[in-house]
Amino acid sequence: MKTIFQKSVAGREGCWPCEGIAEEAYIPKELLRDGEVGLPSASELDVVRHFTRLSQRNYGVDGNFYPLGSCTMKYNPKFTEVVAAMPGFTRLHPVLPQLRGAGGLCQGALEVMYETEALLSEITGMAAFTLHPMAGAHGELTGTMLMAAYHKDRGNKKTKVIVPDSAHGTNPASAAIAGFDVVSVESKDGIVDPAALAEVLDDEVAGMMMTCPNTLGLFEKNLPEIVRMLRKVDALLYYDGANLNAIMGKMRVGDVGFDIVHLNLHKTFATPHGGGGPGSGPVGVSEKVAPFLPISRVAKREDGRYFLDYDQPKSIGYVAPFYGNFGVYLKAYAYILRLGGKGLTRATENAVLAANYMRKRLCDHFEVPYNRICMHEFVASASEQAKKGVHALDFAKGLLDKGYHAPTVYFPLIVPEAIMIEPTETENKETLDQFCDDLIELAGLVDTHPEILTSAPVTLPVTRLDETKAARAMELTDDL
Amino acid sequence: MPFVPHTEDEVREMLATIGVDSVEDLFAEITPDMRPKSFDLPEGLSEMEVLSKLEGLAAKNAINSVSFLGAGFYDHYIPAAVDALTMRGEFYTAYTPYQPEASQGTLQAIFEYQTAVTRLLGMECANASVYDGGTALYEALMMAVRKTKRRKIVVSEALNPIYRVMLGSYTSNLDVEFVTVPHKDGMTDIEGLKAALDDSIAAVLVQNPNFFGSINDFTELFAAAKAVKAVSVVSAYPVLQALLKTPGAMGADVAVAEGQSLGLPLSFGGPYLGIMTCTKPMVRQMPGRIVGRTTDTEGRTGYVLTLQAREQHIRRQKATSNICSNQSLCALRALVHLCALGELGLKRAARVSVERAHICAEKLTAVPGVSLLTKGAFGNEFAVTLPVNAFEVIAKLTERGYVPGFPLGRYFEGLENGLLVACTEKTSEEQIGIFAEMLRGALK
Repeated sequence: MKTIFQKSVAGREGCWPCEGIAEEAYIPKELLRDGEVGLPSASELDVVRHFTRLSQRNYGVDGNFYPLGSCTMKYNPKFTEVVAAMPGFTRLHPVLPQLRGAGGLCQGALEVMYETEALLSEITGMAAFTLHPMAGAHGELTGTMLMAAYHKDRGNKKTKVIVPDSAHGTNPASAAIAGFDVVSVESKDGIVDPAALAEVLDDEVAGMMMTCPNTLGLFEKNLPEIVRMLRKVDALLYYDGANLNAIMGKMRVGDVGFDIVHLNLHKTFATPHGGGGPGSGPVGVSEKVAPFLPISRVAKREDGRYFLDYDQPKSIGYVAPFYGNFGVYLKAYAYILRLGGKGLTRATENAVLAANYMRKRLCDHFEVPYNRICMHEFVASASEQAKKGVHALDFAKGLLDKGYHAPTVYFPLIVPEAIMIEPTETENKETLDQFCDDLIELAGLVDTHPEILTSAPVTLPVTRLDETKAARAMELTDDL
Repeated sequence: MPFVPHTEDEVREMLATIGVDSVEDLFAEITPDMRPKSFDLPEGLSEMEVLSKLEGLAAKNAINSVSFLGAGFYDHYIPAAVDALTMRGEFYTAYTPYQPEASQGTLQAIFEYQTAVTRLLGMECANASVYDGGTALYEALMMAVRKTKRRKIVVSEALNPIYRVMLGSYTSNLDVEFVTVPHKDGMTDIEGLKAALDDSIAAVLVQNPNFFGSINDFTELFAAAKAVKAVSVVSAYPVLQALLKTPGAMGADVAVAEGQSLGLPLSFGGPYLGIMTCTKPMVRQMPGRIVGRTTDTEGRTGYVLTLQAREQHIRRQKATSNICSNQSLCALRALVHLCALGELGLKRAARVSVERAHICAEKLTAVPGVSLLTKGAFGNEFAVTLPVNAFEVIAKLTERGYVPGFPLGRYFEGLENGLLVACTEKTSEEQIGIFAEMLRGALK
């Protein structure tokens, strides 16, 4: 399909935002650009058709089952979009509350922030929250910066962060970018082994980043012991809350002893992810870490009015220009209000139910390396099929032909030929069954017609794409 | 209960398949000592009740004020087509395009976005965007530190102070040092910046127009940076880039921008869009998602995420950055916005905004005691010096439904009487007239 630039016709007028065309006399010539920008010239209908066609070359949750492990692609309810589009929110300039006394001009938005923080604190059992981090990985970075600030304040000399091999790939990157050395610890039977942890644990450890349930979908049942071990060396325990959908109402990370947690609101709290972002990654902390949270903090006066508190002497400072992705957490706030505590618990129960149901239905057809009760997701392996030349990737592509987005493949790295499936609570039983039937049917093709899998997909606008060529040719813009 | 489809019968069937008696059996590993001490959340509300509650909260925000606030974040008109197209569920409810064959819509859109923003900024490569203009600037300086293996950064004080405090926070545990060159009456001190350059410098960071609205040509500064092998980084304002000499033409190595003004509502600070572009030699240092064009097994054109060897899912702690998402939907909004306005529409929006600001500056400085603080050329934003503390004027005018601008004293000592005023094509001449009259009244 041609790009919008290839469709451009010089001189064709689009949607002009305003009448009147000013002269350029206001800015001296030597400060102006030479020549055209090179933006497309297209009619409004040209533009509408182009992007409508592009959208039709895309899979989203609204059209396709999206069992992408570790990404929690649940249904994104439509009413939250109505909320986020209210002019009372979209038209608010972010510096408005910084004009002295003018927090009065945005009391509604400040109340949303205050209440969202309170709700997330109750859901996770943490003492305080910041909504500033703009994505999950940004929350991780904020969390590791908090770790550093906490230890610096206590005069601790800490240089290391422990990350289990079953953790998310962003964890080690975030810790490194905050300035720490990363120490890996190997899992045993799919979960963190306290004995292996003891070997790497010393006074230089600032903290440990846990993913629980981990990327194998397994609950880390040694948590209480791990918490005790870390406490002894004054190390902080960080919870990667990407998988909170598995535990809401069943466990609160604050109660178990975690000091820092980030949440991916686009996952657990159903804000749409728009092809990769924007997300929102609020960070919750225990009492002792709270003084280090980013500036500003939203607070409530005795008279019930809200204000932004910039006087935070121990704060790590600013991780965002303002208050995070307001438009995103506004949707999460509306979602939490809609479900309430019981609804959130029920979401968790049904997400876990669906994952175990699929695991059970598929485990006779695929190897499931840790075939026991899982949480919201499980990892199957195509290693048996791979011996016959059909790999996890081929199953992923075969599923695309069946109209599904593929599960996550080749992750976590500790399972060969991994196929990581996360159904979420919002898919009905017919969909779960049909998906299992289809995947089992594909497994049956390995002995009879493997080429159907290895040549898939054939029903989409393109067949398999040459990624090596893309990296080598580096054609990154439409300027040939 | 909303959004969970399973009936009681279905739950029973599923439990039987799994081989457990109850849903609670699935949570047996969470032992009693790990159970919540409380889970005191409100009862769920109906959709109607939630909307009504949020409408009430939205009404507590004074959005009907006439606003001259800018400070890097601008209220430009957004064509209706932007919402209509970007709200399509196929775009809206998709994830990161890990399966390219099923994500050609997202991928081609990102490729087109990369094309649009590189052309706007006169650069060669772009990523699929980072969180916002501030984090883009931080990532740009980290690119420079990696590239040069140096640790000193020269920063102009005329850079948006909101970004300067962000840079300080992000680097507080890193071996990075800032050399801040003070602004000169609101002007970027180009000679001062040049004097601060030597072969220990990783990067020089400037903004165009600068925080006070003043427009510069940094060609000489960037040439001086090149001479000591330092990386030149500029933060630009994308709407005005329709008119202004580009970062590329000035010789910048990395150009970033806050993309909010390209089709994203102000929305109380986010989600916004960090536009990030660079020259080809810098591309492997650039964080985030990048889309490349390639072909499929039949020779047809297609798009994939590329240069992934830089990223955290492969490199873990050795990755160029920990960013694993992108602001894809925000980038899509920016792209559709640019396409809907087109070459002519964006120029028109920029020109009219600049014209309104100049009319506004003329009217405000006609008020006794008010003078122009911004020196030299300016675009759609400028600063004035008032005879009183700017907060006083802000307090008086906001009461009457006009938000006159941003008080410079919030970030700049000695500029307590400074007020930063922005206009866009949405600012009417009538509003400007009323603003000037109100200011005259407030200063009497």
